[in-house]
Amino acid sequence: MKRLLSKKNLAILLGILLLYGVIQTLISLGILRTFHQVNLITICISVIMAVSLNLITGFTGQFTLGHAGFMAVGAYFSAVMTVKWGVFFPVSIFSGAVLAAVFGVLIGLPTLRLKGDYLAIATLGFGEVIRVVLLNTKYVGGAAGLFGIPRLVNWTWVFFAAVITVVVIRNLLWSSYGRACISIREDEVAAELMGIDITHYKVLAFSVGAFFAGLGGGIYAHYFYGLQPGTFGFMKSIDYLVMVVLGGMGSITGSILAAVVLTLINVVLQQFSAIRMILYALLLIVIMIFRPQGLMGSKEASLELFRKMGRRSGNGSLGSK
Amino acid sequence: MALLEVNNVSKVFGGLSAVTNVKMKIEKGELAGLIGPNGAGKTTLFNLLTGVYPTTEGDILFDGENLAGRKPSAINRLGLARTFQNIRLFGNLTVLDNVRIAYHSHVKYGLASAILRAGGFYQEEESMAQKAEELLKIFNLDHKKKEIAKSLPYGEQRRLEIVRALASKPKFLLLDEPAAGMNPQETAELMQLIQEIREKFDLTILLIEHDMSLVMGCCQRIYVLEYGRIIAQGVPEEIKSNPKVIEAYLGEEVSYA
Repeated sequence: MKRLLSKKNLAILLGILLLYGVIQTLISLGILRTFHQVNLITICISVIMAVSLNLITGFTGQFTLGHAGFMAVGAYFSAVMTVKWGVFFPVSIFSGAVLAAVFGVLIGLPTLRLKGDYLAIATLGFGEVIRVVLLNTKYVGGAAGLFGIPRLVNWTWVFFAAVITVVVIRNLLWSSYGRACISIREDEVAAELMGIDITHYKVLAFSVGAFFAGLGGGIYAHYFYGLQPGTFGFMKSIDYLVMVVLGGMGSITGSILAAVVLTLINVVLQQFSAIRMILYALLLIVIMIFRPQGLMGSKEASLELFRKMGRRSGNGSLGSK
Repeated sequence: MALLEVNNVSKVFGGLSAVTNVKMKIEKGELAGLIGPNGAGKTTLFNLLTGVYPTTEGDILFDGENLAGRKPSAINRLGLARTFQNIRLFGNLTVLDNVRIAYHSHVKYGLASAILRAGGFYQEEESMAQKAEELLKIFNLDHKKKEIAKSLPYGEQRRLEIVRALASKPKFLLLDEPAAGMNPQETAELMQLIQEIREKFDLTILLIEHDMSLVMGCCQRIYVLEYGRIIAQGVPEEIKSNPKVIEAYLGEEVSYA
C-alpha cells in the first residue's frame, strides 16, 4: 500500500486529475466547444487503440493488422445491446469489450503460430471478414450503417476509460507477466526454453489488446451516434499502427504522444482538405527519417528521463570551459 | 534410477539421420561431457533433450517422466535448462530482466494482482530482483545488472546465459559450448565456476565443449558422438586412449607398405 501511494504515483495521479479538471472546467465554461470536444474524444479513443495495439505489436512483437476488426466487434455489439436490447450503456460497452476479447482468443489461437508477415496477412483477413459480415447483416443496418445510438458518453467517461486502459496495460507490462510477453518479442525460442509458454502469452496479449480495442469501439459507438462498416476497414488498423510505430514500438508514453500529435495534425490539416493526405504522408516520412525508432524509441517519458536530458545538456555547457 | 535416460533416440531430417540410436544414462550429480567433431549431432541431441525437436524414434526419460510430446516450456518447468551455442539472450533488455524472465515460471502472484498491484506484488517483485542479483553476483555480473544485455562483452554474455538458465531453478543443466570464444584464463575460471554451481545448486550437468583439456579435466564421464552415433563413452582416461575416438578426431592411420 505504501508503495502504491509513493510520491511518484501520487504526482502522476494529481497530474491526471488536474488535466481532467482543467479540460472539464473549460468545457463547462463553454470555452471548448463541440468541435474541440469531438477532437478530445477522438484523441482519447486513439490513445486507447494505440496503447492496446502497442501491447500486441510493440511489446509482444506480434505484427497485426486487424485491430480495427476488434474495434468493430466492440462498437457494433455494444450499440446493438444499447439500442435494440435496451441494456444500460456501461454494461453494453463492457460486454462489447469482452466479446472482442473472446474474438481475440478465437483468432489468436490458430493464427499466432504464424510469424511476421504471415500473421499480418491473417489478421488483415480477419479484419476484412468482420467488415464484410457487418456489411451484409441486415440486423445491424448493413451498408447503410447502424444509426440512432444516443450519445451517452461524455468527456469524463472517455477520459477515464483511456486512463484505465493505460494503467492496466502499464501494470500488466511492468510485471513478471509483461516481461514474459516482452521476452517473446526478443527471442521466441529462448523464451520457450526458459519455461515461458509462448502460445499462452501471445494469446494473453492478443486478447487483452482486443478487449481494449473493443472498449474503444464501444465508446466510439456511444459518442458518434452512428456506425458504418466502412469506418472499421483496413485503413483504420493502419492508422493505429502508424501511431504505434511513430510513437515507438514498446513505449506506452510514445503511443499516447503519437495519438495526440497525429490527431492534432489531422485537425490542422483539415483546412487544406485537397492536399491533406499528401501533407500527412510527407510529415510521417519526415518524422520516420529523423526518428526511425519512433518519437520515444522504446523509452518511457518520465521525470527521470527529463532530468537526464537536462543533465546531458548541462554537461554540454560545462564542457565548453 | 538415472536422472536422465535416453533410450535409443533417433532423429531424421528428411533423408538425413542427424542422431541415430543414442543411449545415455546420466546419474544425479554427475558432470558429463559430450564431445565430437563438427556436425556430429551434439546440438541436435540437446535440441531433442529440451523438446525443441520431437524425436523420430526412442524416448527420453527425465526424473522418471517421459518427455515425449511435451512443450519445451513444460520440459523447462520439470527442471531442465540450457544455454545456447550461438548466444540467445533477450538482447534489448537489461541483464536483470534477462534473469527475472527465467524466474517467471516460479512467480507467486497472479495476473490480477499484477494489474491491481496487490496481493504481495511488491514483495514478490523485490524478492525476485534480490534472487536474481544473488545469482548475478556468483558470476560477477551484479554490477552490470542495469546494462543492456547485447552491449555486454562476449564472455559476459555467455556467463549471463548460464545465470539465466540457473534462474529457472533446474535440476539438470545443459551447457552448449560454454567456453566458446573465451581465452584460456577465462575458460579456466568458467570451469571453476561450473564446478562451484554444481555443488551449490545440487546440479547435474551435461556440457558440449571443444576444448579437450577442459573436458578431460573436469568431466567425470564423457560421451563421444560421431555421425549421430555414440562411438565411445567412459571416464576421461578411457576416452583418451580409445582408438575409435582418436580415429574420429585425427583420422585413420595409414600404413605405408
